[in-house]
Amino acid sequence: MLRTEEMVLNLGPQHPSMHGVLRLVVKIDGEIIREIEPVVGYLHRGTEKLAEDLNYTQIIPYTDRLDYLSSMTNNYVVCHATETLMGLEIPEKAEYLRVIVMEMNRVASHLLWLGTFLLDVGALTPFLYCFRDREQILSMFNELCGARLTYNYMRVGGVKWDAPAGWLDKVKNFADYMINEIQNYHELISGNEIFLQRTKGIGVITKEMALSYSLSGANIRCTGIDWDLRKKQPYSVYDRFDFKVPLGKTGDLLDKYHCRMDEMVEAMKIVKQAVEGFPEGGATMGKVPRVLRVPEGEVYVGVESPRGELGCHIVSKGKDKPWRIKFRRPSFYNLQVAKELLVGQNIANLVAILGSIDIVLGEVDG
Amino acid sequence: MDWYIFVYPVILLAIVLVFVMYAIYFERKVIGWIQLRKGPTETGPKGLFQSAADVFKLLIKEDIIPSKADRPLFKLAPILAYVPAFSVLAVIPFTDAPYLKFSNVAVGLMYYLALSSITVMGVLLGGWASNNKYSLLGGMRAGAQMISYEIPLVLSVVGVVMSAGSLNLTEIVETQIAGAWNVFPQFLGFVVFIIAAIAELNRTPFDLPEAESELVAGYHTEYTGFRFAFFMLAEYTYVFAMASLITILFFGGWDAPFGLTFIPPLVWFILKFCCFVFLLFWLRATFPRLRGDQLMEFAWKGLLPLAIINIFVSALLKEVPFLSQYF
Amino acid sequence: MSEEKEAKKPAAPKTPRAAQAAGRARPVPPRGRAAGKPKEEKPLPPSPKQPVVDGYAKLIREKISPEAVESAFINQPNDHLPTLVIKKEFWIQVAELFKNQSDLAFDYMQNYSGVDYETHLEVVVQLYSMARGERVCFKIKTDREVAKLPTLSNLWSAADWNEREIYDLLGIDFEGHPDMRRMFLPEDWVGHPLRKDYVPLDEGV
Repeated sequence: MLRTEEMVLNLGPQHPSMHGVLRLVVKIDGEIIREIEPVVGYLHRGTEKLAEDLNYTQIIPYTDRLDYLSSMTNNYVVCHATETLMGLEIPEKAEYLRVIVMEMNRVASHLLWLGTFLLDVGALTPFLYCFRDREQILSMFNELCGARLTYNYMRVGGVKWDAPAGWLDKVKNFADYMINEIQNYHELISGNEIFLQRTKGIGVITKEMALSYSLSGANIRCTGIDWDLRKKQPYSVYDRFDFKVPLGKTGDLLDKYHCRMDEMVEAMKIVKQAVEGFPEGGATMGKVPRVLRVPEGEVYVGVESPRGELGCHIVSKGKDKPWRIKFRRPSFYNLQVAKELLVGQNIANLVAILGSIDIVLGEVDG
Repeated sequence: MDWYIFVYPVILLAIVLVFVMYAIYFERKVIGWIQLRKGPTETGPKGLFQSAADVFKLLIKEDIIPSKADRPLFKLAPILAYVPAFSVLAVIPFTDAPYLKFSNVAVGLMYYLALSSITVMGVLLGGWASNNKYSLLGGMRAGAQMISYEIPLVLSVVGVVMSAGSLNLTEIVETQIAGAWNVFPQFLGFVVFIIAAIAELNRTPFDLPEAESELVAGYHTEYTGFRFAFFMLAEYTYVFAMASLITILFFGGWDAPFGLTFIPPLVWFILKFCCFVFLLFWLRATFPRLRGDQLMEFAWKGLLPLAIINIFVSALLKEVPFLSQYF
Repeated sequence: MSEEKEAKKPAAPKTPRAAQAAGRARPVPPRGRAAGKPKEEKPLPPSPKQPVVDGYAKLIREKISPEAVESAFINQPNDHLPTLVIKKEFWIQVAELFKNQSDLAFDYMQNYSGVDYETHLEVVVQLYSMARGERVCFKIKTDREVAKLPTLSNLWSAADWNEREIYDLLGIDFEGHPDMRRMFLPEDWVGHPLRKDYVPLDEGV
């Protein structure tokens, strides 16, 4: 054996594939990782602390900035938690709009994941294809709520804006287009031999690991555990739609990829059903008191964000501001598993595995 | 000694520089086209001056040498990478006209392969001297990769050499003009060669030494300004050289196919050459990157046996009555 | 925050708030508000989950200690979530029991958060059993001055970073945690921001 010396490599917080400002302190032997220590907090803005001094409506824009790739689900979880505690009834139209935007946001988020994941394994082109399609979703969101990324669209009791004229048709056309387009992605990517070599059998998450680390989203579903809150703890009007939860078998990167790809198709199917069953009239806001005073109590609700279980835990003391609000941020939970997955891998796999976990640093750091 | 011995290399250097600028321009355009973008459009008509502007920018940039870098080696590395890249062009015959051959060396192919392997020293030195961990990893990857792929590269052309009975590139072309283009009888050799050549060029899917998503920029992370330009120049000069070599070894050099001799031989050469350059751009836009261990496995377990089989089969077929005219 | 509280208290004492809201002409949302409101006046109808939480409490009292459960109730607005307040001396045993006993098997940690109630600190753990599809919520109180709790990171790996986060932001020390450092804030940060009495230390001013 050659005598080798370990070297400490500081990946990030500025590095092309650290997805923002993650820092990994890696001890490598050649290219093999011996030890790894993720360092987070470079994007910690103290959302939970800030929220204690804000009333419930004012919190919503702050949640946009947590997981900035799926702000709609973030908006929803804080509204949903508040509504659950207040026992509010939400008009059907608002619920449908919420489902449509959340599912579209899921597709937008997965598209971005797909692009960057392939960038991480070295393929340049799919990134731009994904962005072309994501762009369409963002434009539609822009039309709906005037923002492309930080939507601030939902309110406690409903949604802020009704769909503009013709918007739903656009959404439906897009859903058809997207289902077709995902087939094109499969043709472009799924059969590529190098892609298969880079993903098959790599970064295997076992069922035990997934449970122990409380993974969620595609990270747990790729192992075969059926854990989708839209089915398991249905919220909003998800129980009215017919959709499948794609599951993997082996828990490797390829399974995770297929889970996310199929999830996009299912999301688009939900969107189509929602547009078809969209209630004609009705309000977009329920009857909500002008000053939101949430009754004293405590609530935890989880919703299925693109990255996994996004939860909101509110402790209310009957004021217009939460006593304590805590977000269960899926990326934060999912990132923990990286430490276990990455030891023994090489740098190329590190980048691929980290990319597959699909973290958003705004969410990890809170 | 003729006067043009001194003038032509300068002209060739100019041609190479122009090629590099426009290769980069077309690479950006082609990849832009594949990726639904437009590529450069602003500088000059249709962005034609973009690369010139980029080169100009690189030349006037501040030359930064990291304080902890090994200065002499840091300065030496880009030169060591570029000089062989340009020197190998000396033996490449672009047409049959005598004035476009710089030196008709008897062991031209050997000269090319031997000299081109010096570049890896430049890359390795650059990675080492930068005193940067990413550079070091990139340099080491480059060293391992280029040395490994040199072996199948060299072995894959043995079949060609055997059929021509010469290492002189002009003679190799002339044998093909008389017989058939080597790409047909030597198909296996061609496949091995082209894969190994792409790996030698460090281009996608073998761009591990500068894998952006892993190593930031690999061995040239710390290089700026004209030193960086030299590395880029070396990379694209090798594209030029390798495309020329492939044209010569496997596609009959300046030979006109289908009896279309009214098109000048030089144009034929350029056409074939461009096809290969386009292939490189195309691959870059469509392939992910291999992993280091897979790369090594592929070279030693895949390409090397294939190259040896190719030699064996070529030698065998050389003795078969009818087929021997092609081998 | 506290000023506001002071200002509001004399003007609107606790109970009349409901009367005030009802008295105003503002439309009261039909069912939603009504479901929340009677909680203060008359008890809610018994929850279908009541036997479940009673069973948990009984189990803990039998298996661990009669004093282990401080209280056990159903959090009705939150989808009838069985909630148990556990004494911290017995907490680790309870956690082990609920994780490992095969007919409980709460193998998935849904949420782990800490709350500062000014009188005491509390951690709230929501667990889920994949096999049974059941949720349960545990609350454990600890002193504000000497905030110490046993770590859960040996039972659920997910607790690891969560405990670091709680330590960072609320200052609860988890005993037995393999790596008790701040999660987000720098090592030399003073104070724990999510505590209600936290005052930012700004050396620059």
